[in-house]
Amino acid sequence: MERSEAELIAAVLQGDAASFEPLVQKYSPRVFATARRYARRESEVEDIAQEVWLKAFQKLSSFRGEAPFEHWLMRMTVRTCYDFLRGHQRNRESPFTDLSDSESDWLEKFASAPESTSENADAAKLLVERILEKLSPQARLVITLQEIEDRSVKEIAQLTGWSVPLVKVRAFRARAEMRKILSKMAKDRYL
Amino acid sequence: MNVIELREKLIAAARTSAPDDRVPYAFEKRIMALIGAGVPTDGVALWVRGLWQAAVSCAAIALLCGTWAFFNPASNSSDDLSQNLETTLLASVDQGDQAQ
Repeated sequence: MERSEAELIAAVLQGDAASFEPLVQKYSPRVFATARRYARRESEVEDIAQEVWLKAFQKLSSFRGEAPFEHWLMRMTVRTCYDFLRGHQRNRESPFTDLSDSESDWLEKFASAPESTSENADAAKLLVERILEKLSPQARLVITLQEIEDRSVKEIAQLTGWSVPLVKVRAFRARAEMRKILSKMAKDRYL
Repeated sequence: MNVIELREKLIAAARTSAPDDRVPYAFEKRIMALIGAGVPTDGVALWVRGLWQAAVSCAAIALLCGTWAFFNPASNSSDDLSQNLETTLLASVDQGDQAQ
């Protein structure tokens, strides 16, 4: 008979480490999907996921069971991704002159006819990835959670551990930062 | 170029592509092996582990040196060593006295 999550967690806390494996199996897809929003290289994604699970095991005693295990785990995942972003800010200073042909074409099309430019194009997805890499870690986290994943301010506060007013301030600054980067890109390309 | 419109277009592009949720083969086995090995994750734990390893290495080296010194006593006695040290330290004073 399949054991419930609560039973598995209780067993792990009583010293049966093997009971942790079904939890890893069940929730790893969500952890990996979240990590892939913030890290591009597969080795980095695996490092993040590994760190999340080792932390989850070590801090399992702090899980009170009031909220679902998945929420607790996702908080840990988002915070680990944020730590990763803070430690890997390598592409923030690179210029916009090294855009690929498809990205340049997409921008040209957008400049001439914004309404008819498709957001489903691969070039647009690559371009947005490139722009997100240039944002500060805080800005990238807020833009991803609020605008891409469509989460509320309250949810973001719970996931990040920031207060609600702090999330609002950081979201405002993040939008301004993104506009500034886009203006710079437009200036670099067309001036 | 309209930056606001461009921003909205790019955010819409990011929304259309949900991230891949593939998990590498036997990932859970790797995690369980690391848990079994007791691998520390946070910075403090890593430091503590590193410092403990360094402390054990230092203690082992000290023990080896002590054993070697115990079984291979130096040929000169400690009095000679102290005499040599005193002579070296006071050499400049002696030279000054001789010059006068």
